[in-house]
Amino acid sequence: MALLQIAEPGQFAAPHQHKLAAGIDLGTTNSLVASVLSGMAVTLPDAAGRHLLPSVVRYAAEGVVVGDEAKLAAVEDPLNTVQSVKRLMGRGLADLKTLGSTLPYDIAYREVGEGREPGAVSLDGSGAVPRIRTRSGEVTPVEVSAEILKTLARRAEQSLGGELTGVVITVPAYFDDAQRQATKDAARLAGLNVFRLLNEPTAAAVAYGLDQRAEGVHAVYDLGGGTFDISILRLHRGVFEVMSTGGDSALGGDDFDRALAQWIMAQAGLGEDLDPVMQLRLTRLATGIKEQLSSVESAEIHLELPNGGRWQGSIDRETFNGLIDPLIAKTLAACRRALRDAGVTAEEIEDVVMVGGSTRVPRVRERVKELFRAEPRVDVDPDRVVAIGAAIQADVLAGNKPDEEMLLLDVISLSLGMETMGGLVERIVPRNTTIPVARAQEFTTFKDGQTALALHVVQGERDLVSDCRSLARFELRGIPPMVAGAARIRVTFEVDADGLLNVTALEETSGVKAGVVVKPSYGLSDSEVERMLRDSIAHAEDDMAARRLREEQVEAERVTEALRAALAQDGDQLLDAGERAGIEQALKHLVETAASQNHLSIKRAREALEKVCEPYVERRMNTSVRQAMAGHKLDEFES
Amino acid sequence: MLDLKQNYFELFGLPVAFPIDGTDLASRYRELQRQVHPDRFAAGDERERRLAMQGAARVNEAYETLKDPMLRARYLLSLHGVEMDVTGEATHDIAFLTEQMDLREELEGARHSADPYGVTARLMEHIDRGIKALVARMTEQFQEVTPERLEQARENVRKMQFLKKLRYDVELLESELDEAV
Repeated sequence: MALLQIAEPGQFAAPHQHKLAAGIDLGTTNSLVASVLSGMAVTLPDAAGRHLLPSVVRYAAEGVVVGDEAKLAAVEDPLNTVQSVKRLMGRGLADLKTLGSTLPYDIAYREVGEGREPGAVSLDGSGAVPRIRTRSGEVTPVEVSAEILKTLARRAEQSLGGELTGVVITVPAYFDDAQRQATKDAARLAGLNVFRLLNEPTAAAVAYGLDQRAEGVHAVYDLGGGTFDISILRLHRGVFEVMSTGGDSALGGDDFDRALAQWIMAQAGLGEDLDPVMQLRLTRLATGIKEQLSSVESAEIHLELPNGGRWQGSIDRETFNGLIDPLIAKTLAACRRALRDAGVTAEEIEDVVMVGGSTRVPRVRERVKELFRAEPRVDVDPDRVVAIGAAIQADVLAGNKPDEEMLLLDVISLSLGMETMGGLVERIVPRNTTIPVARAQEFTTFKDGQTALALHVVQGERDLVSDCRSLARFELRGIPPMVAGAARIRVTFEVDADGLLNVTALEETSGVKAGVVVKPSYGLSDSEVERMLRDSIAHAEDDMAARRLREEQVEAERVTEALRAALAQDGDQLLDAGERAGIEQALKHLVETAASQNHLSIKRAREALEKVCEPYVERRMNTSVRQAMAGHKLDEFES
Repeated sequence: MLDLKQNYFELFGLPVAFPIDGTDLASRYRELQRQVHPDRFAAGDERERRLAMQGAARVNEAYETLKDPMLRARYLLSLHGVEMDVTGEATHDIAFLTEQMDLREELEGARHSADPYGVTARLMEHIDRGIKALVARMTEQFQEVTPERLEQARENVRKMQFLKKLRYDVELLESELDEAV
């Protein structure tokens, strides 16, 4: 019976049909690779049995070294050893100065454009990519990250015994477009096929949710070495629907270490100008003390001073808590906002899942418990859960589980918009919109005969362009000359499932088209990008005032232009000298007032001008009706 | 793949009508995304992935439109041939506008009041009640459509725009208050 020989699908899937795929957690401090083996997602160890790969790359005389060996050598060779490179991903040189820490590297200052790294070329040339000088030459953060990725991919291919068909790489949910793009570029440089960039908290939710068969609304609090994310998700029969997300892509355990290191420096009477080796030693010492304080109430500090002397002291947990409380408070504010954005209260959260090494700090757990009024879940391995989730997703995306019910519906964490007149932002895709998404908006020309339109794409929550992150600038040229406001320029924003943006512009009456895959232009100094949301709230009032002022200025300009054009056309025919003088004077007054900072007086000046112009406007309308009717027979108008 | 000529209601297999069951809509949404989401085609070729992205984007857009009463009403009006100007339409109902002004004033005062959260909570309640009432009215107006009823529904959408903007501003103030905690 032929029928009996047909096997149930999936009953004996031949091993060679299984496509090799891996999930990679590219962390600030440590990185991991995981894969699904016989139905179980596990992190993969190196030959020495170590799962965590320190995200440290050393450009040694004998070649590139990644991981524990690089970390060990860092103290003797700090200038050629790069750590926490994730903090530099997708950042411009200008950003680095505001990232807080003094970088222990030798950064080369050079304009972009000369760069060789494709992902970092800014379109308007306003930015510059940081390059770290090592003995192997200058390296960019993307190249450093690629070394970490290569090491992990090699490890996976050795354990799995074959080539990877693709990988899922995790990124902080709060990474902006530039940071995501840089991560994808690093993967490309490492020769990897990226199935998907997956948000870290979503990856954690997948691992946790599938393992616990969890349903309902959950929160993932993810505090890593250098980044913080909070995501609120609804879990429903294998569907992971992100309701909102928030965070800070420059806040993590590194900052705890730095706060503690500064406290030690002050106690030991050390100045700020430490050499790189001393800096690194101090940071390592602080990391050790922080970890000790997670299990004991107070810790002894022994420090070798640069002058060869020794300093001895101690710190208790309470003092340490005082140092990190302001940092934790920032994470809690992000949590409250995420709850509000999701439209849920803290009580409606089933569980708060703690992810990332920094959630081991007892004070963090205490404060999270206070906010959510529930014991946070600390039973998942905070270091591995993200990689495990990524591996599960990679397995599904490789096509190994055609019947899999799992589906991830993620959101974009920062609003995307365009610059409009007066430096204001027109929001096109608001934060927490489910991706993929395509949105279009129409813009028009501002001046008669305008043939080009400059488009400036920004990301952030503030009203003014100067307060948002500049992503790209491009120009739509070749618009046929028309009167102001007649052109119809349709700008389309597409955000794919990786959270990456693609923008196109089309002049609809003529079909002229321009498009750009958004690449970072590093338009502004950064901590601003990170502070944007917090600030957007604190500055809501300023923004409102600034917005009103800009709107009035733009309106004044528009009226001025239109009036000047009209006067040139028919001012002499329609106005007598007295009328003309009155209008000119009101016009002059408006132009002068428009330069002021007071939106009310600009408005008054504009209204005064409009009042003076009323008879003129009426005469113009009559004239144009007469002209329009001239040469037509009356019955044409009656039909 | 999706039939792009289908309107949002057809896409979700629903009758073209104003009342919608949110839970049912959510489960239809998940079902549709299971079929079209780019994750289903990650190992596919360029064209398949492109189509999946467009399909999923359309399903997302449709879901967002249908689940929100104001967007749904606006969309329904457009299906009936009434195109609203999203930015430039406002109600001229004096009684309604006066009430809005009072609510705005209350919001302005909330920041410096003794119990700001009390004020915002009261405002939120008021707004939600107003939106519910508008939804109930629109449900009737969309039931048996006449040009007059469509015009009435359009007027209610204009009012709902006011209420939603107010709700947005109340939420903004609340998050501002949270920051200060």
